[in-house]
Order: sequence, then structure tokens, then C-alpha cells
Amino acid sequence: MATKTIIRKRDINLNGNGTHKDAPEKRLEVLKTYKIYIGGQFPRTESGRYYVASNNRNEKLANVCLCSRKDFRDAMVSARGAFGGWSARAAFNRGQILYRIAEMLEGRKAQFIEELVKQDSTRAQAEAEVNLAIDRLIYYSGWCDKYQQVFSSVNPVASSHFNFSSPEPTGVVAAVAPQCDSLIGLVSVIAPVIAGGNTCVVLASSTKPLCAVTFAEVLNSSDVPGGVVNILTGKVSELISYFADHMDVNATVYCESDSSVQAMLKEKGAANVKRIVLYDKVKWKSEDAQSPYFIYDLQEIKTTWHPIENIGGAKAGY
Amino acid sequence: MATKKSNTIKLKFDSSRNLAPAPESKSAAKINSRYDLFINGKFEKPSGKKYFDTINPATEEKLSEVAEANEADVNKAVKAARDAYDKVWKKMPAKERAKYIYRIARMVQERAREFSVIETLDGGKPIRESRDFDVPTAANHFFYYAGWADKLEYAFPNRNVEPLGVAGQIIPWNFPLLMAAWKIAPALATGNTVVLKPAETTPLTALKLAEIIEEADLPPGVVNIITGAGATGAAIVNHPDVNKIAFTGSTDVGKIIQRAIANTNKKATLELGGKAANIIFDDAPLDQAVEGVINGIFFNQGHVCCAGSRLYVQESVYKTVLRKLKDRMESLIVGDPMDKNTDIGAINSRSQLEVINKYLKIGQQEGAEMYQTACSIPKKGFFCRPTIFTNVAQSNRIAQEEIFGPVLTIQTFRTDDEVIEKANNTPFGLSAGVWTDKGSKIFNMTTKLRAGVVWANTYNKFDPTSPFGGYKESGYGREGGLHGLNAYVSLV
Repeated sequence: MATKTIIRKRDINLNGNGTHKDAPEKRLEVLKTYKIYIGGQFPRTESGRYYVASNNRNEKLANVCLCSRKDFRDAMVSARGAFGGWSARAAFNRGQILYRIAEMLEGRKAQFIEELVKQDSTRAQAEAEVNLAIDRLIYYSGWCDKYQQVFSSVNPVASSHFNFSSPEPTGVVAAVAPQCDSLIGLVSVIAPVIAGGNTCVVLASSTKPLCAVTFAEVLNSSDVPGGVVNILTGKVSELISYFADHMDVNATVYCESDSSVQAMLKEKGAANVKRIVLYDKVKWKSEDAQSPYFIYDLQEIKTTWHPIENIGGAKAGY
Repeated sequence: MATKKSNTIKLKFDSSRNLAPAPESKSAAKINSRYDLFINGKFEKPSGKKYFDTINPATEEKLSEVAEANEADVNKAVKAARDAYDKVWKKMPAKERAKYIYRIARMVQERAREFSVIETLDGGKPIRESRDFDVPTAANHFFYYAGWADKLEYAFPNRNVEPLGVAGQIIPWNFPLLMAAWKIAPALATGNTVVLKPAETTPLTALKLAEIIEEADLPPGVVNIITGAGATGAAIVNHPDVNKIAFTGSTDVGKIIQRAIANTNKKATLELGGKAANIIFDDAPLDQAVEGVINGIFFNQGHVCCAGSRLYVQESVYKTVLRKLKDRMESLIVGDPMDKNTDIGAINSRSQLEVINKYLKIGQQEGAEMYQTACSIPKKGFFCRPTIFTNVAQSNRIAQEEIFGPVLTIQTFRTDDEVIEKANNTPFGLSAGVWTDKGSKIFNMTTKLRAGVVWANTYNKFDPTSPFGGYKESGYGREGGLHGLNAYVSLV
């Protein structure tokens, strides 16, 4: 397509004299408003601000919400509110919901491919990226009720106690999705977070935000309770400090290699001893970008003790 | 004490029940008049030529003087650790590494009595506790982790395990030898080398451990033990050639450390403060629960990060529990830590006693009701009577902040949901306790309490195989057990 502003003029086929060629059969396309996703709703940013997302060909793709600190805080309230319910869900149920996300994504594959192509991918790359995102969701769906067994232990203490350790979600995770790609990075960050029972606030790629908003629509139709995943769009530089100093964030995930931002996160994060998780060396399109260790990074190990009655002489020696 | 007549049997305290003194002999402990820094396998004089006293908090008498390590000494220690890592330790077959750690475990066991006596003299904890808990658990910790050294590939499925390098370790004064074991054992087992700094008020058992390490022929530089105060610790934290920081101590200092290493790639584990809820339901075996509360808050004078310092009692049994608790408190013997009958020893330092006394004042000013037992306490030394506060509000500072002393706040609750809400309403998340006879209730509680260690119908139990560590502002990382290995490895 050679039109300059593709969202305004796309698919409107004009004659040389400016009249519609087949006027009665053509219709004006309905354009999509790219909004953010908080608490299962699609509000606009409270700030009323936007930025223009464009591609390498300088085509305008969309007006995207330029989120503010208040949006971040609203999203945090939703994420915290959803944490108790989501973390208490049966692991099996979480697995089913992640599988459902994959199903929904599969069904809307074409839309994501279109968006990726608009955002400078070739069609083959776009298709591969969407397929990988679907497969990755299914991969983590399967882990939902298995990582606990891999990372748990029954501990043979020397005293007369039953003692076991198992992982529990860290809490509310604030994540900056990888900025280089639109979909696979976002999915790769969100999936292990929610598979592990955490809730999250995620800032999408600011240069390639389209898929993030569309992915929110997928989440919204996948039985993911509102508030479990909240997706914001905007400028990383503007919002990043809130990811570090908000006192209700339990862990912050950052995927870029900007060392000054990494240091800032750790420094400000100390205010409430946040877990700062840095994924600056992960290649999100590789197989190495998925493993249960990504789930483990956002888990706490809880150890439980209970006495074992030890009276009488009976032994289980049959 | 204004007690009402009651039909239930209670202990009588009006009779004389003074026990004859049963002091442990000091002869088992050989304490030098001066200790230097243990660097590169030998004791070296500090380059600043400065020494500071370490005293017995029960008598305020000087026990010894220890070297104060300055930055130059820290550099030397880190250099020794780096060289040992590069040239010896990382190349050594894992099973040989294991045998060194086993050897240390055995030697601690052999000299257990000496360690116990010195631990009690230097730190003020009752000899019964250092003898029966601190020292044996420390030896067991070495023994447990020794065995992991050549089995690491089984701990992390589908990953290769590599050591981090030089670990800088800073430990507190409440369990001096045990904390040294918690830090050193897993670090060595995973192939790291160590620079360890004990707390300035309790350096002696760590220095005794250095003697053992020397005697055990551990390659020079694999473990370096240097003494000093905050500045020495800061020099370790800020040293560019340290790969990992392991810290146990206050949340405030933990935050300072997280900030200090923000601009580096140093890995950190932080074992910080706590304000644990200990929860008694009306169906609990109350006598056992009261024992657990006593153990939860008065063990080691309450100098325990996981101390059960907030007691929540279900309203219907509140009066009974309070009476039983006060009765039991009356039987606690406070005094000479070297006496085998002593339950509560000396507060670790004058400054800690001042902190505790400050909180006693704050509690009263906030409107809480203070109750202390009538026991006598020695004229000399740092002592504090076992203390409880009733009529406490959730927002009171004594219910929110870590006091680190024998001070318990008591609140009531009606429903499970209410107590979960109250118990979790704290920035800390290290530990919690639950007392009930109902199994399903236990699991409801242990699942919903946001804390790293939950004791059900027991309290303050520890084991080398059992991971320990906090949620939220109580820190991150685990020590002990399989999960404790994670703190000292990188997975590739």
C-alpha cells in the first residue's frame, strides 16, 4: 500500500476523478481505537494524551494512549485487587485459561499478522511470530500445574516434624515488555507471570504497540479475570520510575539492556525490597526464552512445619 | 500481680522455688586476649593497627579485642578469595570440596562445648540454647551442604550449575556461629570462595571457626574472616571484585545494601527483619500453644528475626490464654546466661537494650498496657524482663516495627478472615505461626499467610534441610535446603 496515512485512506478505492468506482458496494472501513486495558475494561488514558505510532515507512499506524502515572496507579489497584482470586485459583484452572488465551489468539491470527506486517515485519516473519506466541502460551499453560512439583521439596528434618517447601506467587509484578517486538516479547513476559499465579501491569513496546492492545482483547475474551493482566501503552522513559518506586509492586521485570535504568530500578526498588528481574540477554524468539525458570523467578518459597506425633512404639514394619 | 481466684489448676509462685545455681564452666573456652584478621589462611594484623573490645553482655567485662578491618584489609581478603577461587577452588573436583566441608562439620562437633561456652559468653544467650541449638545446628549445616557439592546437577533440572565467584557475607549478632555456617556451607559447596564479616558485638565464634578452617587445611583464601563494624561491611559490599552479597540483618541495612549494589551485577540475597503473627484459635491445645508463644518470643531473648512478636488470640479464649501465658511467664528464669537453668539470658548489647526500652516507652505512650514479670534481674549487664503488651491497636508502632527483644504484643480476633487480614497487614513476611486442632484450618491459614516460613502447632524450628527466608520486605532468597543452593549459583 502506498498511501501515506494508511488508516485513513486504506482500502478506499478512488477513481481518477475522486468519485467511488463502485460506490453502492463499497463501505467506509471502521477504524480501531487503540485503548489501554485496566481491570478488564478498555479505558483511554486518564491524561487524555496520545502519541502517534508509525512504522519504518513513516506511515501513521494509530493514535496510541500516552499513559500517565495515574494510569499506572489505577492499573496497580486492579492488579492488587485481582491477586487474591487469581493466586487462589486451582492450578489446573489457570492452565485451562492460558490454553484458552492460545485458542483465542489462534482464532485471531490474521489480525495479528496484519498488525505485525504494518509494524515492519515481513509476512513470513509475522506468521512465525504469531505461531510462536500461540505455542508459547500452550507451553506455559502446561506448566501451570507442574512447576510446583518441580520446585517443591519435602524436607527430611531431623526432628519429629513434617516439613515441606513449595513455590507461591510473589504478588503483583510490574513489567516492561521487550521493546523490540510487538507480540512475542509481550506474551513471553506475561505468560510465566500469570502461570505462576501473579497478577501484572505491563507496559507494551512503545514503538510497536498495536499487538499489545489487540492481545488485551484476546485476554478479555479468554476467561482471564479482569485485573490479572493490565496493559498500558506509552513512553518507557516517562513511566519507568513508577515501576521502581510504587510501594505495592512486589517485583519488576525489565527486558532492555539500558544499564542506567537497571541501576535505577534496583536502587529505587529497595524502598520496599522489590525483586528486580532483568532479562536483558534473552532472545525472545528463541527456544531459550521459555522455561519453568522464568516462572520460578517470580515465586517465593514457602516452608511449612507441623509436628508428627511420636508416642507409642508401633512401627510401619509390615 | 492482681490475680483472681480460679478453679483451674495453676502454678504457685508464692512458694520459694529458687533453683540452685548450675553454672557451666568457663574452662572449656580458650579465648585469646587478641584476635587478628583471618586472611589467606593465616591470622594477620590489621593494616590500620586498630582493635576493638568485645564484651560479655551479661557482666560487661571485656572478653578479648579483635581487629578492625579497613578498606586495605578488605582488598586483601577479596584478593585472597579471588586467587583461591581462580587457582584452586573452582578447579577442585566437587567430591574433594565436599570432604573439606565434611571435615569442618566434624571439627565443629568435636569442639562443640568450647563453641557453646564462647557463644554464650560473647553474645549473652543461655548456654542451654547455644549448647542444644546453635552449635549442633551449625555443625549439621556444614554436614548437610557438604553432601551437595558433588550432586548439584540433580538440584537444577535441565541446567548447568556454575559458581558465582567471591561471596561477601555479612552476618548478625543473634546467632553468630549458626549464621556463619548458614552462609559459608552452601557457598563452599557450590564452589564459591568467601569473605565473611561477623557482627562487631559477637565476633569470637566466627574467629574460632577460622581456627578450625586453618586446622582443617582448607586451601588458603577459600574462606576469609574479617572483623569490623559497618564501615568494614560497606567496604565488602562495595568491593568491585565481589560477585555476590549475602546479608542477614535489619531491613534498613538490607535496603542500603540493595541501593549500594544497584549499579553492579552483584547477586544478592537478603535475610531481613520480621514481625511474625502467631495465631491461636479457640480449638487449639492451649497449653501447647502457650508453650509455643513463649518459645516464639522469648527464645534467644527475642533476638530472632522470625520471632512470633505479634500474638493474635481468638476472642473466646483470650482470657484463658492471657492467664496461662502470664502464669508461664512467671516461671521464666532471667539471668546468668552461663547457668543451665536460665531461660532468658542477656540482651546482646547496651545499644540493643536501649532500643528495646525505647519501644517499651513508645508502647505505653501509645496507650497499650504493659505487663512484665516480677522476676529479679542481675544488677550488672544488659537484661530485660519478659514483656507483653495488651490493648494494642494494629497501627501501634509496637505492633508494626521490629523490636528484636522479649516483647510481645497481643491482639484478639473473631474470624479467620479477620486474622488473615491482620496478620498480613505488615510490610514484613518472614514467618508466622498457627495453633489449631483442625487440619483443614491449618492449611487454609498456612496457604494464605504471606510469609516464607509457617509453623503450625509448633514455632521456631530450624533444620539444615529446611529453606528459610522471607516474602516482601523481609528479603529475598532462601537459606537452607535444596532451595538455599540457588543463592550461590548461576544457571546456564
